[in-house]
Amino acid sequence: MRKAANDISRCVACGVCALQCPRGAIDIYRGCYAVVDVKTCVGCGICEKACPAGSIRVKETEEASK
Amino acid sequence: MKTKAKKGHWYDYLWIWSIVYFALGFFNILFAWLGLIDFVLPLIFAIVGGNKWFCNHMCGRGQLFWVLGRNLKCSRRKQAPKWISSKWFRYGFLTFFMTMFGTMIFQTYLVFSGAESLRKAVKLFWTFKVPWKWAYNGSVFPDWVAQFGFGFYSLMLTSTLIGLIMMVLYKERTWCSFCPMGTMTQGICKIKAKEKEIDHDVK
Repeated sequence: MRKAANDISRCVACGVCALQCPRGAIDIYRGCYAVVDVKTCVGCGICEKACPAGSIRVKETEEASK
Repeated sequence: MKTKAKKGHWYDYLWIWSIVYFALGFFNILFAWLGLIDFVLPLIFAIVGGNKWFCNHMCGRGQLFWVLGRNLKCSRRKQAPKWISSKWFRYGFLTFFMTMFGTMIFQTYLVFSGAESLRKAVKLFWTFKVPWKWAYNGSVFPDWVAQFGFGFYSLMLTSTLIGLIMMVLYKERTWCSFCPMGTMTQGICKIKAKEKEIDHDVK
């Protein structure tokens, strides 16, 4: 399954992804970085298109093999 | 199903404030002082709340870039080069920005002390002087108050112009990835989050 994954070392915590997420699956953790709730994420990629730092990306997750 | 309903908020329209700010400063430079709100509020949120709620929901400038870049299609929406959001560039830009802020404060001090007289001009990109005479014809305040206005307005206008250029060339809110306020507040939040983790470990 495809899910959004955030590279927290690059994330600037601007919150654009959280604002754009149609399912409200993204939260900014204590002003440090964005956290994706994989249970809610449908991998639509809207966050990826909005992210100015290029830190959030939709990737194939390991769960898919299960 | 746990989806949060998307509701409209009053603070979704703060991009209007960004425009109003520059319009007010065009007619009277003393309004430039209001820009301090955009400096102080994010810091209060970060220091007291340990969050970036200002950046995330209230930043009028970020919203303006989104409105122009996404809604009005003024952005190429291409990924900016990686170095722009790298740590060394972000902290480097913050240092440069703070140095320029310090220079501006010193300029204000020079007018305050009487060593220099008020210059009715706006400096763009820390280099180009633009006459701005119409925006000040004296007031009840001493000259240094107006000098700070001109300096602060220059800083706000310059950074917005940089942001607009980045918006056109790259993603809508590319400015956010190296915004000095954003870097500063994220830095504060990271320190605060670490402190909390340590507290948690001790208990």
